[in-house]
Amino acid sequence: MVNEKIAIEHGLKKQEYSKICDLLQRTPNITELGIFSAMWNEHCSYKSSKIHLKKLPTKSNKVIQGPGENAGIIDIEDNDAIVFKIESHNHPSFIEPYQGAATGVGGIMRDVFTMGARPIANLNSIHFGSPEHKKTRNLLRGVVRGIGGYGNCMGIPTIAGQTNFDESYNGNILVNAMTLGLVKKNKIFYSKAAGLNKPVIYVGSKTGRDGIHGASMASAVFDEKIEEKKPTVQVGDPFTEKLLLEACLELMSGDSIIAIQDMGAAGLTSSSIEMASKGKLGIELNLNKVPCRESKMTPYEIMLSESQERMLIVLENGKEELAKKIFDKWNLDFAIIGKTTSSKKIEIYFDKKKVADLPVDILVENSPIYDRKWKKAKLPKKNKFKKEQFKNLKIVNTLNKILSNPNVCSKKWIWQQYDHTVMGDTIQKPGGDAGVVRVHGTSKAVAASVDSSAIYCWAHPLSGGKQIVCESWRNLIAVGAKPIAITNCLNFGSPENEENMGEFVECVQGLGEASAYLDFPVVSGNVSFYNQTKEVGIKPTPTIGGVGLIKNYKNMVTMALKQNDNILLVIGKTEGHLEQSLFSRDILSEKNGPPPEINLFNEKNNGETVLKLIDKNFIRAAHDVSLGGIITALSKMCIKGRKGAVLNKPKYLIDKFEYLFGEDQGRYIIEIEKTNYNNVIEILEKNSVHYDDLGIVNDNDLIIDEKTKVSIDDLDKSHSIWLNNYMSK
Amino acid sequence: MNSSVIIFPGSNCDRDMDVALKKFGFKNKMIWHDDTKLPKSDLVVLPGGFSYGDYLRCGSMASKSKIIKSVIDFAKSGGLLMGICNGFQILTETELLPGVLLRNKFSEFICKDVFVKINNTENKYFKKINKQTLKLHIAHNEGNYFCTNNQMKEIEDNNQIALFYCDKKGEIKDEHNPNGSSKNIAGIFNKEKNILGMMPHPERMIDAYLSGEDGSLFFQNLIKNLK
Repeated sequence: MVNEKIAIEHGLKKQEYSKICDLLQRTPNITELGIFSAMWNEHCSYKSSKIHLKKLPTKSNKVIQGPGENAGIIDIEDNDAIVFKIESHNHPSFIEPYQGAATGVGGIMRDVFTMGARPIANLNSIHFGSPEHKKTRNLLRGVVRGIGGYGNCMGIPTIAGQTNFDESYNGNILVNAMTLGLVKKNKIFYSKAAGLNKPVIYVGSKTGRDGIHGASMASAVFDEKIEEKKPTVQVGDPFTEKLLLEACLELMSGDSIIAIQDMGAAGLTSSSIEMASKGKLGIELNLNKVPCRESKMTPYEIMLSESQERMLIVLENGKEELAKKIFDKWNLDFAIIGKTTSSKKIEIYFDKKKVADLPVDILVENSPIYDRKWKKAKLPKKNKFKKEQFKNLKIVNTLNKILSNPNVCSKKWIWQQYDHTVMGDTIQKPGGDAGVVRVHGTSKAVAASVDSSAIYCWAHPLSGGKQIVCESWRNLIAVGAKPIAITNCLNFGSPENEENMGEFVECVQGLGEASAYLDFPVVSGNVSFYNQTKEVGIKPTPTIGGVGLIKNYKNMVTMALKQNDNILLVIGKTEGHLEQSLFSRDILSEKNGPPPEINLFNEKNNGETVLKLIDKNFIRAAHDVSLGGIITALSKMCIKGRKGAVLNKPKYLIDKFEYLFGEDQGRYIIEIEKTNYNNVIEILEKNSVHYDDLGIVNDNDLIIDEKTKVSIDDLDKSHSIWLNNYMSK
Repeated sequence: MNSSVIIFPGSNCDRDMDVALKKFGFKNKMIWHDDTKLPKSDLVVLPGGFSYGDYLRCGSMASKSKIIKSVIDFAKSGGLLMGICNGFQILTETELLPGVLLRNKFSEFICKDVFVKINNTENKYFKKINKQTLKLHIAHNEGNYFCTNNQMKEIEDNNQIALFYCDKKGEIKDEHNPNGSSKNIAGIFNKEKNILGMMPHPERMIDAYLSGEDGSLFFQNLIKNLK
């Protein structure tokens, strides 16, 4: 009864369906078709992205596990390792913001504790449509509650994040969640099955009809029938996940587990097939043994359900009783549902009948790979800004306007709803350059940051791709961490559109170049295509999650200004690049032009030199200069430290707007003590790092020149008011 | 001094409390909710978290768990019993403390530093503490304390209010009330003052590199009073 029409309804293409029939040399039945559609959709197969992702650097002497497992792993010395990954939950969050965001957080935490790591920090990057769009406010409220609802209940601190607004997300919001976990290097668990006749165990929640075809939905464009997709959104149960976490870690403390894989996208289908494929084995499942929440579920539904909080484990023989006891203690379902075989096939039985019989390599190795057509983007022409345009602008008004811009303003309303202090090791809270948590019971700390710059990527994908990796690197350095590796969440429109595909290819190329140069490899990630409603795609939005190590947490740096009379320096050269700056877009309403250039040599040299200064304990405060330029960065440092500053006259740039609001890359503002000035300058000069004397720390006011000053209270007000007002409407 | 921290399914501040108690000199034991007997303890703590997912009503399922009977017996015989956050909710659900904890006024989860003023120092928890106003941390969704007028009268007559939300200087005003709690109440005692329930988490303020050290002050003072 399966035919081409049904295959197309499952999201498969005509030629993909005929490939399936050729490979099998028969027509698949409906359960098998469901399995193919789940394994061959974009979300699970990476069919449009694979050939490009292969070019990314994924190795360094710190990388223990690169892409291809549940999450990436890096070495942080003393037998400690950090497991981390970022993942998107965009499509479900637009349809049902609370559950979509909550299960996004739940899913990424499972990816991390599946590997044996206890989660120690969550981060998130969320993008919404224009604030004026009628859906934005409720989507924001729902997403924030969902993220908090899940993470808070799990007792994992949410330590950093990023929230952006842009009209290109009006019909497709982005919800990217990241988790870091801590594991001992000799206690890491993988998903590769091994050994014959080993019991395959199902643990966690029962299987229901929720989320069927979730992964296929995430591989399709939205249209007016979007409301009909609500039943494909999964429902989260953080309490069960907390129990699952504790039970899994308890079982993992012994030696019972051969392989473990969480049931995420495409549920039982992808988890069993991945385990079999990695182990070059077969798996036999009896679906009558699967704990079900609803009655009369069909094999098709059981295999495709995306019910949350479930794990699949291949156990050592004879460990069944011991494992069952642990899951009983935590009140979780435990069922032996199958075994490993030598057939290299997935064989599924239901009511004593074989309902699916598929060779694993056909599903995995033979999945389609596309080298899609793409269009190279041209570097946009520079605008000729006329200085007269700035003449009527007042600096203080401009600064206040920029500080209250939705993409710059304080996001306290959001992060105050996330428990960011549970576990008692959060030493840098949200609102800084990066979140920092101590490695419990040691002198080490781990810093993490999430960043995206969709505007730059949209203006020129190659530069934007590089920029975003550099920004992540800078954010880690600004808190005193040595950057180690990144995870990426690549959010794009339809790969079937040549321009969108071009944005993807060139962003990936840019981020690959930067991460190779900075020795900041990609260890995990996820691709989310089809962030598109009808013909309109989102701005290309690669999100980078960076992780770094602080060897002694007492050397951590914050951005808050500390002490009057200390000297402020700008590290890196200020050229006054206004194109694509917030100043240009928000104040001059100029949306075109090239993004700032990236000079990887300077980026690396400046960053490494700042780290040297931090190691020598010369830096009292540091902040990277990004959106809104020097004056925006400095204002935030003033607000955090409740201090003012007196600025020097710039030496070489005449135009003050270019100097203050330009968004040149590779820059930091640092605060140092007068007595250390000569030592610091010597190190900067020895390393050929450009620096400028920005000014001096002062009480209460930011004094820009003789005629221009503003109180810190006023800056704070501009910075903190917008989101509160917006959300109370 | 011996202490016991009860772990319910869904507790998530149990480890933090264990770390804090040990740091200040307690010999602490973790007790599973399915046990029936408490070990000999000078202090029993119900930690924060989401016991049983807070699914029925915060603290309500935990108040019916196996261990609770011996916790109640312990408290009724005068033992020191402290409930933090979800632990406070459990104490009101077991009716060891009067009143209830409703959803926060703006029905959003709140995680932030607050100041609290100590109202009564004639008890083992706060006796001889050398600060009147403490900076502590809250993280909850249901911390809006509420009780009947009669209960409130009794609470006030018996001097049962332990902590008020206030400003840095100790002034108790509406604008420093983070959750809509009646009279800015952040914590209360039973009549005998051996049971304390409070929303703020002293265990998150035990280190200069966290938000501060007023939690250290609380635990140091508590163990001194117990000796």
